[in-house]
Amino acid sequence: MSEMLTTLEQTALSEYKYGWVTNIEADEAPPGLSEDIVRFISAKKNEPEWMLDWRLKAYRHWLKMSEPEWANVKYPKVDYNAIKYYSAPKQKKTLNSLDEVDPELRATFEKLGISLDEQKRLSNVAVDAVIDSVSIATTFKKQLAELGIIFCSMSEAIQEHPELIKKWLGSVVPMTDNYFSALNSAVFSDGSFCYIPKGVKSPMELSTYFRINAENTGQFERTLIVAEEGSYVSYLEGCTAPMRDENQLHAAVVEIVALDNAEVKYSTVQNWYPGDKDGKGGIYNFVTKRGICAGVNSKISWTQVETGSAVTWKYPSVILKGDNSQGEFYSVAVTNNHQQADTGTKMMHIGKNTRSRIVSKGISAGFSQNSYRGLVQVGKNAINARNFSQCDSLLLGDKCGAHTFPYIEVKNSTAQVEHEATTSKIGEDQIFYCNQRGLDTETAVALIINGFAKEVMNQLPMEFAVEAQKLLAISLEGSVG
Amino acid sequence: MLSIKNLQARIEEKEILKGINLEIKAGEVHAIMGPNGSGKSTLASVLAGRSDYEVTGGTVEFQGKDLLELAPEDRAREGVFLAFQYPIEIPGVSTTNFIKTAVNEVRKYRGEEPMDAVAFLKKMKEKMKLVEIDQSLLSRSLNEGFSGGEKKRNEIFQMAMLEPKFAILDETDSGLDIDALRIVAEGVNKLKSKDNATLVITHYQRLLEYIVPDYVHVLYKGRIVKSGGKELALELEEKGYDFIKEELGEEVEA
Ligand SMILES: Nc1ncnc2c1ncn2[C@@H]1O[C@H](COP(=O)(O)OP(=O)(O)OP(=O)(O)O)[C@@H](O)[C@H]1O
Ligand SMILES: [Mg+2]
Repeated sequence: MSEMLTTLEQTALSEYKYGWVTNIEADEAPPGLSEDIVRFISAKKNEPEWMLDWRLKAYRHWLKMSEPEWANVKYPKVDYNAIKYYSAPKQKKTLNSLDEVDPELRATFEKLGISLDEQKRLSNVAVDAVIDSVSIATTFKKQLAELGIIFCSMSEAIQEHPELIKKWLGSVVPMTDNYFSALNSAVFSDGSFCYIPKGVKSPMELSTYFRINAENTGQFERTLIVAEEGSYVSYLEGCTAPMRDENQLHAAVVEIVALDNAEVKYSTVQNWYPGDKDGKGGIYNFVTKRGICAGVNSKISWTQVETGSAVTWKYPSVILKGDNSQGEFYSVAVTNNHQQADTGTKMMHIGKNTRSRIVSKGISAGFSQNSYRGLVQVGKNAINARNFSQCDSLLLGDKCGAHTFPYIEVKNSTAQVEHEATTSKIGEDQIFYCNQRGLDTETAVALIINGFAKEVMNQLPMEFAVEAQKLLAISLEGSVG
Repeated sequence: MLSIKNLQARIEEKEILKGINLEIKAGEVHAIMGPNGSGKSTLASVLAGRSDYEVTGGTVEFQGKDLLELAPEDRAREGVFLAFQYPIEIPGVSTTNFIKTAVNEVRKYRGEEPMDAVAFLKKMKEKMKLVEIDQSLLSRSLNEGFSGGEKKRNEIFQMAMLEPKFAILDETDSGLDIDALRIVAEGVNKLKSKDNATLVITHYQRLLEYIVPDYVHVLYKGRIVKSGGKELALELEEKGYDFIKEELGEEVEA
């Protein structure tokens, strides 16, 4: 048994299969953060005056803030002056078609299993590919445009759709919201913008793939999704990064707006480099994601499968403002080796008859720490608000930790808030039972954790679910014992 | 097919198996009886390769291979099946999905292609009929919330799907109602062939009326102290274990 574990451990060591670096010449800003750097970024992107002002305002506010320390994570202080805030792969200035994407970049994404070639596309998925600080390509733009759907990079949206950006950017996550959102607002370099017009149901999944490539670079992307009355979209986000010994910072902001009767489903498979077996390197993933159900009967659903990053600080939330609106949060967070995750959600019930559902599945292995942190808030006018929360933790081994921090604030007596929590361990008996049926230990663990996470995995679009299942198994290889 | 010689095993410093000898040939059914705690389940676990037990002596040869050298999953793939006395639960994994994975792992080991969905379904249907198990039970999480009898029936269903060479049934009859006992026993009988063998662990001779053994062994304090034909089971049922103790020259409590 012990011999078997060591071979398993070896597999685990070499497991992060996205750890390579592409040799691409980059156009970079020098390390450090100042007003000049903010101006530099804005100038690089040829931004209008109003955008620069917005960034500067955020930057000045950020200077007055301090890094949050309440999360159940420990990491050495980030030196914000050692980070490069802008890095763009050098390629021809403007692309007239996808064929003009630098072959090296194209190959990078092919290697990730994401084809920018529309002929070889994933069935029914439009992709916006972001490398380091910039979006390099968006597929299926034309087909989407025919329906009035705007799906493009944030930089392009600022140029082409300033009225929409001015109206919605920062409307859900104000630049002053928190330390990382302020930082992001000042230096965000790119991201995706998605606008679904009234009554349109997007015929395909829209997706963004993020890749950090350059060294010592922070990635600060900004995603904004606006779903007009009666519209629907399902959005996917995936991410990977090379293996590097230093930590890299990823501080994204995602905002979703759902108007009357609109529905947005946002799925993430987060697979940033988690650091090595001893906890060296890895991405700091400090992300602010929030949606507002602004209209009646609207619905926002977050699904996340979090397997990567050294440190994760992330709470996709929903503001339930419209009457009868619904918010959902489905999460699987896996931590192994020395990873730390503090993740969960906030459901803010404001409108009448609002409903929210939270299903969180934490899986911890190795020496990792996995915390669920959730807040359910029911405002004084939120008559008949309903919340159901289910938080389950699964432990592999006895050196890891699982923690649950559920906060409930109810100001209306008609509210019904239910919280259930369980903690279990993968038992030797379960593994032996599987072994006895011919499954090796790795397969057994994969089966057991996929069973544990099933309720969440079922929420993922088909194209993602299979990948996500494999990812869960890979992240936990070598952790049984 | 299976040859156990002087097998000794312990758990946490406690000697449990103290020299077991047993020869089982293809086509045979053997029954093991014995008082609680005598080591019956331990023998089953050691044969299946449970790592909590340390084998301290003896050999086990299975179809010409050293069984004790093989990892538990390889023993299973070679055709050893254990119907557990206490089947475990796996939440979120349906029996169907579980058994499909198992069947294909075994096929992979034998260098065969995974079974396609149609063939698999056909086989499922056939075996479901054999043990009269309901489809709805197989779609639920493996053993989760199953009644005692349903768990046992599910074990035999899995056995039917995996078609083992050598099956150990550890008290599969306990917890079964009379009808279920008959159905399960008939299932086992239908799976019997001249190429496979079965080891039935039981406390009750009732089961052995359905699954008629070629040999009955009495396991007592980690040793097989008596072997005989199926009439030995009747004798035990009648007299209890005291007569064994007497034969062994042990003192019998009044
Ligand atoms: N982990 C353990 N630590 C110490 N003793 C153990 C352990 N597991 C089993 N034993 C002991 O080993 C002995 C044999 O147990 P085993 O389960 O093999 O008995 P059995 O013959 O199957 O009994 P039953 O008829 O009750 O099923 C018992 O005395 C039991 O208490
Ligand atoms: Mg027993």
